[in-house]
Order: sequence, then structure tokens, then C-alpha cells
Amino acid sequence: MLDKNGIAKRIAQEVQDGFYVNLGIGIPTLVANYVREDIEVEFQSENGVLGMGPFPFEGDEDADIINAGKQTITTMPGASFFDSATSFSMIRGKHVDLTILGAMEVAENGDIANWKIPGKMVKGMGGAMDLVASAENIIVAMMHSNKHGESKILKQCSLPLTGVGCVTKVVTNLAVLEVKDNAFHLLERAPGVSVEEIKSATEGTLVVNGEIPEMNI
Amino acid sequence: MINKKVNNVQEALKGVKDKMTFMLGGFGLCGIPENAISELVKLNVRDVTCISNNAGVDDFGLGLLLQNKQIKKMISSYVGENDEFERQMLSGELEVELTPQGTLAEKCRAAQAGFPAFYTPAGYGTEVAEGKETREFDGKMYVLEPAFKADFAFVKAWKGDAAGNLVFKGTSRNFNPNMCGAATITVAEVEELVEVGELDPNNIHIPGIFVQRIFEGKDYEKRIEQRTVRQRS
Repeated sequence: MLDKNGIAKRIAQEVQDGFYVNLGIGIPTLVANYVREDIEVEFQSENGVLGMGPFPFEGDEDADIINAGKQTITTMPGASFFDSATSFSMIRGKHVDLTILGAMEVAENGDIANWKIPGKMVKGMGGAMDLVASAENIIVAMMHSNKHGESKILKQCSLPLTGVGCVTKVVTNLAVLEVKDNAFHLLERAPGVSVEEIKSATEGTLVVNGEIPEMNI
Repeated sequence: MINKKVNNVQEALKGVKDKMTFMLGGFGLCGIPENAISELVKLNVRDVTCISNNAGVDDFGLGLLLQNKQIKKMISSYVGENDEFERQMLSGELEVELTPQGTLAEKCRAAQAGFPAFYTPAGYGTEVAEGKETREFDGKMYVLEPAFKADFAFVKAWKGDAAGNLVFKGTSRNFNPNMCGAATITVAEVEELVEVGELDPNNIHIPGIFVQRIFEGKDYEKRIEQRTVRQRS
């Protein structure tokens, strides 16, 4: 079974040379730590920066340079700053190659819910609805089950939706799943996790074809 | 040169009244119009609608207006950093319109650019699209979103001049340029008001035509919400 860093490590393998990548808050932010060093990638943060770099050294923080999680950051050579409308032109206009974000629930038809628990938690969707409505390459980083042990990989989302039919791949602490033809197709198992364990943790339709390899991370 | 300079925040906020709609720039606490917010608290205008990506934190930014119960309605994309906000919203004291971030930015830009509305794919099939016109273009569904209408836009820039020209710094730019000229009156506060002619016309982010009043702000705190650093090895 993977921890959050393990999930990030596996997702980092999906990042290709020349990609512009938008990373959501939480596990997705960790992906930047594991991207191969021999490829060129630029990270976009929807609050208005392309070419995001690592966190600053202590004493170098600048209140005017933050990421979408409101964390202080640095920029890489070749970086640029822009306004919010331009930032979402990059996203809506499909200029960003890969979007990685977290979720509370994902359904077998590609629906995603990650912004609201009615009556309990309403933080807002931020940029998530814009991202999932336009991006063609969306990877969801999440735990397979919630803290009560209930599956988050569902037939149908129960929470208010963020977007419909948009998720293409899910990487959890247990598995890599491809979302297509109204089902989750099991591509890889996390180290030490059996197909049976993944089956029992998945509420949605799970398609298992042949021998399922273990992740190589 | 048409002079937009006013002497202080009091003069800049002349005409602000109860029940008005305000746009306020900033992302989190980054690039917020700190001086205008302090003055709005002092003026104690009530029942106002605020359009701003976030709602500040409990004791800073728009959180100050919330604590004072001055806000009737908030239009934002993300409000997770403010406990008082969540309390007022869940108890029904505060009306909230959560709007996807890109849609929020474009509703500002549309108002600035003279578009009454636009189609966006964001929110299609979700509760955000409920009651809104939808339409198919090239096999994909879109939601019609109207431009904002506001009485005042309060924005913050790094540098500006008396002509109203603005230059922003880093990610404190965010919604600020999109809100300029998107309200009846745009008030720009700047960290540094420089002499006219000092800003390079090639490098101006917002031309003065979008700004009605400009002043040099004071005592910027520029609070960092999530100070995140790495160790020197």
C-alpha cells in the first residue's frame, strides 16, 4: 500500500517531457518533488504563475509570490506572472497538458466530486470546475477509501459534482485505474496489494483483464 | 495627462454607500487592497455585496468586514480559510454565491470589456449551472454566464502614476487587472506612486483609462497565509 508520497511518485511517472502541468492542492503538490530531472516540465499555478519552482529558503519568502495553496514559492528561469483571466485562458483553452487534482469521490462514468459536503463543509470549488471541464488529461490523486473505510471509487457520486465524465485516470494508495466505458480498468497494483483487496475496496465496476502488474516505483 | 490622483483613502472611497456591490482584488491575502478594506470597516457600510476570489482570514482581509457583519452577500470561488465565513454561511446569515474561479475572473473581464455574457464549459452538469442557459458548441456543452455589475472595484498594484497606469508584482497581480474598469468606479491603491513618465509605456499592465482614482497606500502588512520554506542544505 502506498502513502501520499508514494501516490505522488507514481503520478510523477505520467509527466512527460514538454508538458505544462497544473497541480492541485494536497497530494498533487507533492508530484513536483518526483518528476524526472532529465525532462523539461513547467508547473502552472492558477493564481497566476507559470514556471513555478521549489519553496524558498528560509528568509527568502516573498508575500507577493505564492501558489494556489497560498504557500510561498519561488520561480524557475523562464517563468512568467499573469492575471487570473489569462491563467484560465491557459486552462479553458486547453494549453495545459496535464491536470492532477484530489477528489472526495470518483464515479465509473468519470464524474468527480471534490468541493462540497452539504450542510457540513463548503469551501468552494476554486479553480477545480474550470480545470475538469476543459482538461483532456486529468489524473486524480486520492486515497481509495475514506477514513470510515468506505470506498471513494463509486458507481455514482453521492456528493455535489465538480464535473461530469471528465476523469481519465485515478491513482490511489492501492491501484492505478483507467476510467473508460463506464468502468474502472485496473492497470496496476500498489506494492504488496492483491487484486482481491482492490476489488473489495472498490464500489464501482472494476474490470480486471489478465495478470495485473505491480507498480514500479 | 488626465489626473486620477487623490490624496488619501478617504477621498478615494467617496460615494461608497450601504447596499452597494464591490469588487476586491486579491488571491488569498496576496494582492488585496488593504487600505480600502480598512476604510470600508471604518465607514461601516452595511448590507454590501462583495465579489472577491476569497473571503480573507478571520482577522485580516475581507474577514474584517465579515466580523463586523457588513457583508450581506459574498461572491467567491474558495472560502476555506475563514471559520467565521463558514459559520455565517451555514447558519444562513450570509448569502453566498460560489463561482468557479475562471468564471469569476471572466465575469470581471467581460464587464471590463463590454461583453454582457459568455459561454464557459466550467460547471456544466453541476449545481453551478442550475437555472442557467446551456448550449452545445461542437458537441460540447457550455453554460451562459453574465458579466458582473459593480459600483466600485478596489484593486491593489505595486506601482502606479497619476495617469492611473498600473504595474503589478508577482502573483499579487491575480484578479486585480481583470477588475479594473469592470465597475462604475475603479479605485487603485499602489505601494508606490511614481512620477508620470517614470513607468515605461511598454511595460504597463493596466492603462490608466480603466482607473478613476489612484492613491499611494500606507502601512502594508502583506501577511503571508502559508509560510512554506525549505532547509538550506
